[in-house]
Amino acid sequence: MAQNLKLEVVTPEKAVINEEVQIVVAPGSLGEFGILAGHTPFLSTLKTGVLRYKDTGGSEHFIFVSSGFAEALPDKVTILAESAERRRDIDVERAKSALERARKRLEKKKEDMDFIRARAALERAIHRMNIVN
Amino acid sequence: MATLKDIQLKITGVKKTKQITKAMNMVAASRLRGAQSMMDAFRPYAGKFAEVLGSLADSAGEEASPLLIPRDEIKKINIVLFTSDRGLCGGFNSNLIDKAAAFAKEKVETGASVSFTCFGKKGRDWARKSGRDIIDEYIGIVGSRFDFSVASKSGKELVDGFLEGEFDEVYTVYSQFLSAGRQVPIIAQLLPIPPIETEEEYTADEDAPFMAEHICEPSADELLGELLPKNVCVQLYSGLLETSTSEHAARMAAMDNATTACSDMIDNLSLVYNKARQAAITADLMDIVGGAEALKG
Repeated sequence: MAQNLKLEVVTPEKAVINEEVQIVVAPGSLGEFGILAGHTPFLSTLKTGVLRYKDTGGSEHFIFVSSGFAEALPDKVTILAESAERRRDIDVERAKSALERARKRLEKKKEDMDFIRARAALERAIHRMNIVN
Repeated sequence: MATLKDIQLKITGVKKTKQITKAMNMVAASRLRGAQSMMDAFRPYAGKFAEVLGSLADSAGEEASPLLIPRDEIKKINIVLFTSDRGLCGGFNSNLIDKAAAFAKEKVETGASVSFTCFGKKGRDWARKSGRDIIDEYIGIVGSRFDFSVASKSGKELVDGFLEGEFDEVYTVYSQFLSAGRQVPIIAQLLPIPPIETEEEYTADEDAPFMAEHICEPSADELLGELLPKNVCVQLYSGLLETSTSEHAARMAAMDNATTACSDMIDNLSLVYNKARQAAITADLMDIVGGAEALKG
């Protein structure tokens, strides 16, 4: 019988999630990892990407996270991210236009362009869109 | 002596001022609530962040990040000055600016050159007028609704500036919000990051078995290297929040005082007005009586 663990997702602006879950799958910077209850203390940075978790009822949820890190304790997972959005909180229009903008900027390939920033923006937009679709 | 009409005009004027100060007081009060709720929302993040950072700093080496190492020679100092964009908040801005100016003077005397990064119009205007070197300015943020991206952008610039040797030390001057009636200007060192010892002992005691050893991915040093620049952003964000909240609290108090002062002024003026009115009536009566006496004669 799988035990539940507590998932907390906090951003500087608010606490996004605070609930009991069965499993958390997070996009770690060295690869995706899953956490169940009883995990050994663990600390990892996160990539921009999609955090998945199964709530106590067994249904799966997707959350967009960017520039964050995760701390896992045997009975609790804490995700600190600069932004974290549930599916219903994602602004689709904004993500779409950000996607367009980032694409265009990357196509231009100007020398003085901030390549890394454009890439990051593109990545964020793609992951947001992925969650919605 | 002022005529009746003059006094009446004056009373009307003061009454209008009172309406304005009262309205500003109420606006500041509601903004203060908003700012306080933002601070409350930030607290869990900040708390957890400090905790993780503390436990990491414990296990990682001192030389994990160049952000931790103090420079031998301090030549260039940057001061991040938080002020409000708007006035009418009592001594709030001048307190902050005085603090920053005194601090800058002290540093200049040690032979370092001081530049400024200004959050808020008041501080920027002051820095401009006194001919300071302004590296960067952020207007329209303090006191309004802002998000973390502002702090992360400016934090990144400061960290880059520090790493490239543009600054040897970075300080923040912000207003700490103690209560609605008390805000204190504070100077804090931002870079190099002062040794992290926040609540370490306490966390170590509380959940020692859990906090003792984390498996880190990537290594603890690398993690620390990622988190330290973020810590700068977190500090900036908290400075922004504290200063914004303080600004509204200061304005609320200032406007409350102003409203009380207006009431006092209206009371005094009404007294003067009534006296003048009675004097006029008496004078009129004297005239009438005098005239009647003359007719009788």
